[in-house]
Amino acid sequence: MTMLSTPGAGDAPLLDIRGLTVSFAADGGGEGIAVNDVSLELQRGRILGLVGESGSGKSVTGLSIMGLIEKPGRIAQGQILFNGIDLARLSDAQMKSYRGKRIAMIFQDPMMTLNPVLRIGTQMVEAVLAHDKVPLAEARARATEALGQVGIPHPEERLDSYPHEFSGGMRQRVSIAIALLHRPDLIIADEPTTALDVTIQAQILSEVQQLTERFGTALIWVTHDLSIVCGLADEIAVMYGGRIVEYGPVADVIRHPRHRYTNGLLHSVPSSNRRGARLFQIPGTAPSIFDMPEGCAFRPRCTAADEACRQVPHMVDEGCRQHSCFHPVAAEDMR
Amino acid sequence: MTAWLVHRIMQSLLVVIAMTAIVFVAVNVIGDPVAILISPDANQAERDRIIVQFGLDQPLWRQYLSFVGGAVRGDFGNSFVYGMPALQVIFQRMPATLELALGTLVVSVAFGIPLGLYTGMQPNSFLSKLTLSASILGFSVPVFWLGLILIMFFSVYLGWFPAGGRGETVRVFGVGLSFLTLDGLRHLTLPVLTLAIFKISLVLRMVRAGVRDVVPQEYVKFARAKGLSKQRILFVHILKNIMIPVVTIVGLEFGSLIAFSVVTESIFAWPGMGKLIIDSINVLDRPMIVAYLMIIVFLFVAINLVVDILYTLLDPRARLTGP
Amino acid sequence: MTSQTELSATATKAPPVASRSPARRLVREFFSSRSATLGIFLLACLIVLALVGPLLVPQDPYDLMQLDLLDGQLPPGAQSAAGGYTYWAGTDDQGRDMLSAIIYGLRTSLAVGVGSALIAASLGTAIGIFAAYRGGRAEALIMRLIDLQLSFPTILVALMILAVLGRGVANVVLALVIVEWATYARVARGVAMVERRKEYIEAAECLAIPRRRILFNHLLPNCLPPLVVIATVQAGRAISLEATLSFLGLGVPITEPSLGLLIANGYQYLLSGQYWISFYPGLMLLVIIVAINLVGDQLRDIINVRRQK
Repeated sequence: MTMLSTPGAGDAPLLDIRGLTVSFAADGGGEGIAVNDVSLELQRGRILGLVGESGSGKSVTGLSIMGLIEKPGRIAQGQILFNGIDLARLSDAQMKSYRGKRIAMIFQDPMMTLNPVLRIGTQMVEAVLAHDKVPLAEARARATEALGQVGIPHPEERLDSYPHEFSGGMRQRVSIAIALLHRPDLIIADEPTTALDVTIQAQILSEVQQLTERFGTALIWVTHDLSIVCGLADEIAVMYGGRIVEYGPVADVIRHPRHRYTNGLLHSVPSSNRRGARLFQIPGTAPSIFDMPEGCAFRPRCTAADEACRQVPHMVDEGCRQHSCFHPVAAEDMR
Repeated sequence: MTAWLVHRIMQSLLVVIAMTAIVFVAVNVIGDPVAILISPDANQAERDRIIVQFGLDQPLWRQYLSFVGGAVRGDFGNSFVYGMPALQVIFQRMPATLELALGTLVVSVAFGIPLGLYTGMQPNSFLSKLTLSASILGFSVPVFWLGLILIMFFSVYLGWFPAGGRGETVRVFGVGLSFLTLDGLRHLTLPVLTLAIFKISLVLRMVRAGVRDVVPQEYVKFARAKGLSKQRILFVHILKNIMIPVVTIVGLEFGSLIAFSVVTESIFAWPGMGKLIIDSINVLDRPMIVAYLMIIVFLFVAINLVVDILYTLLDPRARLTGP
Repeated sequence: MTSQTELSATATKAPPVASRSPARRLVREFFSSRSATLGIFLLACLIVLALVGPLLVPQDPYDLMQLDLLDGQLPPGAQSAAGGYTYWAGTDDQGRDMLSAIIYGLRTSLAVGVGSALIAASLGTAIGIFAAYRGGRAEALIMRLIDLQLSFPTILVALMILAVLGRGVANVVLALVIVEWATYARVARGVAMVERRKEYIEAAECLAIPRRRILFNHLLPNCLPPLVVIATVQAGRAISLEATLSFLGLGVPITEPSLGLLIANGYQYLLSGQYWISFYPGLMLLVIIVAINLVGDQLRDIINVRRQK
């Protein structure tokens, strides 16, 4: 079980996931493994991009950190060390004191994240009061300030609005404001811009970047969209079939991908094709967690697969990079 | 908001007016009241006198207009049976029916909501499954048969509660209320229980379905991610979302409670409006039937209006567009 | 780089068996609940009883020649004086075997309840889909009518209709249909409105398929699932409503009693301890409605889950 670490960080990492395995019980009995022996590290103030398609286990990883995995899912193995404390072993009551305060989460669809029948102010104030017993007026003041920081005009008045009175981008800003209320050490953002317009996406991205820099917050940005991660993250981890298949500094991985899947992903981005040429697609679809292929999960879709791939590939260390592939892309193989 | 309110009230008035026409026509087709009012051996002069007295010789549209004119003034004519203004008779009996309906409503909500919340949040506990099975029974049992069974068991067999009738009343603002006396409560128990078992099952199932709907929603997960306590999540976030359909249904069921009092009052000999209408239909006491129907129409339209207003108050998303 | 042929040679184990036909899947999902299985089983028993019951019972309770007044008001389990059979559910005041009466009553209750539900369903669905497809003033008018109908308590409307028409099986069915159609129409219209906007309808229209075909072959099948759920609930309510009306004396005539009427007959004997005359018919009624609700519940759960996927 290898550990992924970032260069130049002498002190202990903020987040250290070791061998996390999360399984889901199937309807008819049996189990599917959504997150399989995942290990990663995150230093303070760094940004990690967690990339993969639906079903790769990236969201489940994020939810596990928050302790939000519910039946029929469970954390089967592993440790989630946050400042040395194993979150996976904490009771729900103990976890509650972390949620929203030390670790915060932003979800994908802001319309469904905010309770439609409660005012924004109510939902922000309760987040403040959940961890700090302060008078109502002070809670409201903090909420107003937070709204202002994410760029919402007239924050004082907007506290009394309902979620449906905001646009999608504004709602997501509210979610971000809520996440920042207690200046958490870590924010997990689960596809926060997927449901938004491309132009709004860009705005939100840049604002999140500024805010996390300003407050020194570490960020895990979960997404299926490589292009987002390029400009934002320091490191990138690619997940497939519940495992991390490639990891490294963003520039390195993008320019010289090792794992075949990463390579496929990069080539699927439309801009990487010549005009008029057929759009590239990785053939096939991602496997269901209840029906994983033997050995390397990517084997059925990989052009370089052979008999050796019936074993699960181990992690290969290459300095600050890692990948798990028996037939990694060599530099001259890049199409 | 006010524009919508005015529009809704206008709509309600139109419905009431439409119903007056329908009710009037329907009732006038029922049987021949002349035969009832006049004893068989009355002579023609007597017949003619009564016909004129009750305005039965006028053309239908004239009768309708005078009917509407009277209705607006609250005058539906005198009951053929009681000889008093029909409306007055109804008002005399209304408190008893309302007592039954409100009592049932309170009991159903007081038991149904907590039970529904529990079965929704802890679906796998033994108590939950038991409650759910019981609710299917409660939901399916025909009300009138349940009443009979309750009488049989609690009254005839155990002798704990009286088999019928209303208990002692206490006058409050000129209205006799029986739930304020112990004897009144004893008499109230079985009828309310009969009606409430169905309602509790209904409310329970609705709340449970609501909880099952709401709990997987993203905003509940987000509330947990903020570190909120379980109580707050349940009672503020979840409950408020469930309330919307629950209030709507409970409001509408209140109307049907008053309608179904027809059955319960027959079984328990409860002196309310319901028993009155059955008796009136059987003897074709037209003014009474008409007055009763108009009261019911008015009540229902009013309830629908109140429920609509409550709905917009509870669900802020509805306020923009209005129904 | 391995070639394409190598790839196919190293193909993984075959993809999961293509899911069985939709019908079998539905059956499997349905029977995964024990209560639903119980419900279907009960319903099947009831239907069988209703169909062949009269052949099994010792007595035709409405043939006055077979009744013996001396056998009147016997408790359950008593022996008949002459015929040599046991009155398993006792007898009523006329000496009727309650068990036979219940089976005959079951037939009437089921026939009226289910029959009216089917007619109301067909009528209501047709009207609702028509309204959704037509749109405009026709739709608005129909919706107003539905609103009007639904704002009033079913029992009162039925009472009024029966007061006008008098007793009789056909009248009861008519009253029930008038009371029930609006629920189906409202749901059908709502579902049809959503489905109508979907692309497969647009595609069918582009292919110039005649409107009737679109409605029947394309729109209707997709609207059916929620309507089926509503139909089961409504069938239960129809049966209950008929029983209530008959109990009040405004429903089926004495010559063709339903379970409700049987209960009414036994009401007066209740206070003197002869409970069986009302109790057993009511128990049968309860079983019918519970069975229908169990089935309806499970159908609704299945359909809701499917819609969310």
